[in-house]
Amino acid sequence: MLELRDITAGYEPRTPVVRGVSLTVAAGEAVGLLGPSGCGKSTLARVAALLHRPDGGTVTLDGETVTGWRHRAPRRQRTAYGVLFQQPRLSADPRLRLGELIAEPLRAGGRRAEIADRVGELAPVVGLTDELLRRRPHEVSDGQLQRACLARALVLRPRWLICDEMTAMLDASTTAALVAVVESYRRESGAGLLAVGHDRTLLARWCDRTVRWADLTGAPAARAEAPADR
Amino acid sequence: MNAPADTGSPAAAAPPSGSPAPVLSVRGLSVRFVMRGGRRIAAVSDAAFDLAPGECLALVGESGCGKSVLAAALLGLLPGNARTAGSARLNAAGGTAGPDAGDGGTIELLTASEQELARTVRGRRIGLVPQSPAAHLTPVRTVRAQLEETVRELTGVRRSGARADAERAADRAAFPLDHLDRYPHQLSGGLAQRAATALALVGDAPLLLADEPTTGLDRDLVERTVDELRRHTDDGRALLMITHDLAAAERIADRVAVMYAGRIVELADAPAFFGTPGPRHPYARGLLDALPERAFRPIPGMPPELGALPDGCAFAARCDRATAACEALPVPADGVACHHPVGAPPAAPGGPTPAEATEPTGAQRSEEDGRRARTA
Ligand code: SF4
Repeated sequence: MLELRDITAGYEPRTPVVRGVSLTVAAGEAVGLLGPSGCGKSTLARVAALLHRPDGGTVTLDGETVTGWRHRAPRRQRTAYGVLFQQPRLSADPRLRLGELIAEPLRAGGRRAEIADRVGELAPVVGLTDELLRRRPHEVSDGQLQRACLARALVLRPRWLICDEMTAMLDASTTAALVAVVESYRRESGAGLLAVGHDRTLLARWCDRTVRWADLTGAPAARAEAPADR
Repeated sequence: MNAPADTGSPAAAAPPSGSPAPVLSVRGLSVRFVMRGGRRIAAVSDAAFDLAPGECLALVGESGCGKSVLAAALLGLLPGNARTAGSARLNAAGGTAGPDAGDGGTIELLTASEQELARTVRGRRIGLVPQSPAAHLTPVRTVRAQLEETVRELTGVRRSGARADAERAADRAAFPLDHLDRYPHQLSGGLAQRAATALALVGDAPLLLADEPTTGLDRDLVERTVDELRRHTDDGRALLMITHDLAAAERIADRVAVMYAGRIVELADAPAFFGTPGPRHPYARGLLDALPERAFRPIPGMPPELGALPDGCAFAARCDRATAACEALPVPADGVACHHPVGAPPAAPGGPTPAEATEPTGAQRSEEDGRRARTA
């Protein structure tokens, strides 16, 4: 179980973008979090993935209260997650070939011996050929790079997947293909999923249930947009 | 009001007869990138379409299919290693252009000089609605300052007049006038998009080119943005919208052009394409079936590399209708470039249908007939 209770988080102390939000994902469950851009849902996803330390509230991961974020989180907690973002180019080291990119978490964990097998196993699953594995990010399309990022997210066999607008830049077919990969991994591993997005049709089709950001916060849906927009 | 000279392109490249003369006529447009070592990338091959005033054509396809290269070719913004062939004629559109639009007759965009493109085309005859407005707007200057500068650049109007013209452009793009003195970072995503659209509207260009104008926007904002673009089309402008967002295309377009591996594989009226009878090219059909509101089923495999395209149909490796005939490049006919298009084509006055003309194998034909019988 992944439990976020009463989370307050942000980037400047006095103006939190997340205020007192609670959300629970049961083991093996797929929960969609629907909200407009800039509403704070991505920040909540980063808190859930132990990538952003909240200013208040508690995160409980599989029964254990989280006390450290980022490199302060114990390794066994960090490796429980696979995380995907909207823009693969911002999260992929441009110097690495796609094959090395996928293997990065294994290398960082000192598990080099498993690299060849695991990358060889995942590449066809996400639809990457050997030829593509040898290319660098600037030599492939957004869709191909996101396929590599998905393989990287799965390489340690995580119990939790956090997908933040994973398909927002992708065409319909690549979107359906990547969601199918996530779902077949979840079927075989029993992993839970928090999928954050703004496309309600996609989340409704993908997830067991979808929660609306506005319902979590009790705020009008477009609060973050409101001051500058009409 | 004569149609442009026929250059052997598919009849469906042209809008239905009775439409006004096209603002843009593209025929046989190809773009090749010559890479180090002489390798050639076929980014766009043999594209053909017309675009009339008041009409929106959505050019859809996945990233890397060549649609943005096509847009860059029209604007003369290709990198130095690009080679173009074919023709892209920008015609004078009577009535819609303002007196300052530099409306100087027909221009061949592919061979026009950079000077001519910069002076008379970009901004004046083609307004560009950019992909990421945040990157398009100068961060250190207010929206008003940028609009006024564009007005002065495009129309030569001096300071006092520029103020009024800038406000008029902002108003047309539904940008709130009390936000004109803000800087780009103080705007929401939706307002930044409107500011960029206002910039595109300053020159009162008869042709708008929108390159992925809704990427990264929320659904509500997508809808508002395309509705606003539609309004500018209804005012008599022609709009070429390049997008991978099929829902946005459905909402705005009169016609749809589907691009795959550098070629326009289907060109159809939007209601028929998104409704019944639906797309006729197997790739286009697969793309719609992948939508979460439809089958949510991906097309197997990935597109071929533009540097290593097969001789025949580029979709063959992924296509469940492929036969030996598909080893030959399908020629566009009646709006679709496929040897075995889905369903019966709309009744054409005389002449064989594309499916019949290709002489399918016996098995293929009976399958085709069976399918027709079922859908009849
Ligand atoms: S030409 Fe053949 S391979 Fe290509 S899309 Fe049509 S049926 Fe499929």
